[in-house]
Amino acid sequence: MAATARPVTPAAALTTSGAPTTKIHITVNGQLLSADVEPRTLLVYFLREVLGLTGTHVGCDTTNCGACTVHLDGRPVKSCTVLAVQANGRKVTTVEGLEVGGKLSPVQQAFYEEHGLQCGFCTPGMMMTATALLARNPNPSDAEVRDAIRGNLCRCTGYVNIVKAIKAAGKKMQETPPAGGGA
Amino acid sequence: MIPPQFEYYAPTSVDDAVALLSRFNGEAKVLAGGHSLLPLMKLRLAAPSVLVDINRIDGLSYIREEGGHLKIGATTRTNDLLDSALLHRSYPILTDAAQEIADPLVRNLGTVGGNVCHGDPGNDLPACMMALGAVYALAGPEGPRTVPASQFYKDTFVTAVEPTELLVEVRIPQAVTRQGSAYHKIEKRVGDFAMAGAAARVVLDDSGNVTAAGIGLTGVGATAIHAAKAAAALVGQPADDAHLLQAAKIAQEESEPMSDLRGPAEYKRAMAGVLTHRVLSRAVARAKGGA
Repeated sequence: MAATARPVTPAAALTTSGAPTTKIHITVNGQLLSADVEPRTLLVYFLREVLGLTGTHVGCDTTNCGACTVHLDGRPVKSCTVLAVQANGRKVTTVEGLEVGGKLSPVQQAFYEEHGLQCGFCTPGMMMTATALLARNPNPSDAEVRDAIRGNLCRCTGYVNIVKAIKAAGKKMQETPPAGGGA
Repeated sequence: MIPPQFEYYAPTSVDDAVALLSRFNGEAKVLAGGHSLLPLMKLRLAAPSVLVDINRIDGLSYIREEGGHLKIGATTRTNDLLDSALLHRSYPILTDAAQEIADPLVRNLGTVGGNVCHGDPGNDLPACMMALGAVYALAGPEGPRTVPASQFYKDTFVTAVEPTELLVEVRIPQAVTRQGSAYHKIEKRVGDFAMAGAAARVVLDDSGNVTAAGIGLTGVGATAIHAAKAAAALVGQPADDAHLLQAAKIAQEESEPMSDLRGPAEYKRAMAGVLTHRVLSRAVARAKGGA
């Protein structure tokens, strides 16, 4: 596994000089990577600062808002409350991993078409949670969608269109066979 | 926010985890789901010099009935409770509670072991475990031991687990026929810690009298509260509304709430009674075959 992993180097801002590091191997959006990280490095900062995957947002940084939601082995989690070392050997999917072959995933397309975003800050986390929901339940009710996004806050309060977008994506995915999409 | 520096270990067996905890006696904290510990570390309210991550230990995540017990492994995720048909059927108190814990994203990582071990009086599962008569199985340098949930909580964030011990399993007496159970809490915002919560289990005989009962309370004391007097008052009585109200009144007297940002003490005390009555009513309905 280590032999084929692409090594990445943590940014200076993320390392304390002389601090001990731990070698990790993580598959991010399908690509196996290796890095030496300080154990205290949070997954969201590893994704943003080391890998440059800034689609995952840091919102509240206190496990409340869900802007930092990514998939860890297919399950949506808040990456501000996961250590990068905890993701060692596991698969992480970020919002950048949703599109397939340069085409938006059904969830991304539906957020675009149904205007499921206003300022856009919560959108990456919303789409990760929506993608995981639809993988388990392709035809959710309004109540099931609203329950699933309980951990994702939209400060524009654009929930009506977010719910519409998620349901529309589910419908589209049932009409056409899935073309990937990160779940 | 970045947590303070620590040494990180990820043992792959319970024995190795216990050996590490012994080696760093008192300095190491167990990392399970991390959804209480990491926020505390980011806020500098906790600064352990060593973390022992138990997520790499195989065989600590399970829900099964075995040898007269329902057994739940320490790293079982909160959402695993919601995915269990067995729990929905026979232990609905646990799916009630899981549905009310934080939000679905937190529940994907937060663990049963962490929830019962953390010692925050706002955690929801301790009161459920008290109502169910659960015991906690601990591994330690002196070998395994068990502690009943009713004797586990000493003070806020202080439990019977020694710094060198690891909680490995929760054991609940297997559900019997005509058993019903329920949990409910009220919160200021959806997904917040409880302003007050109540957990109840009842067993009825075929004429509708209570043969066994357990009641636990969340968020109305320095720890979760085992309302033993309220439960004892029900045993041998008909499960009618007058007796449930009487038990709820006793549970209210057993609560020891403090005024804080989640509400004044008098309100929380009143709600301890109201919620105990609600969950007892629901448990009785379930024991009779209703939902």
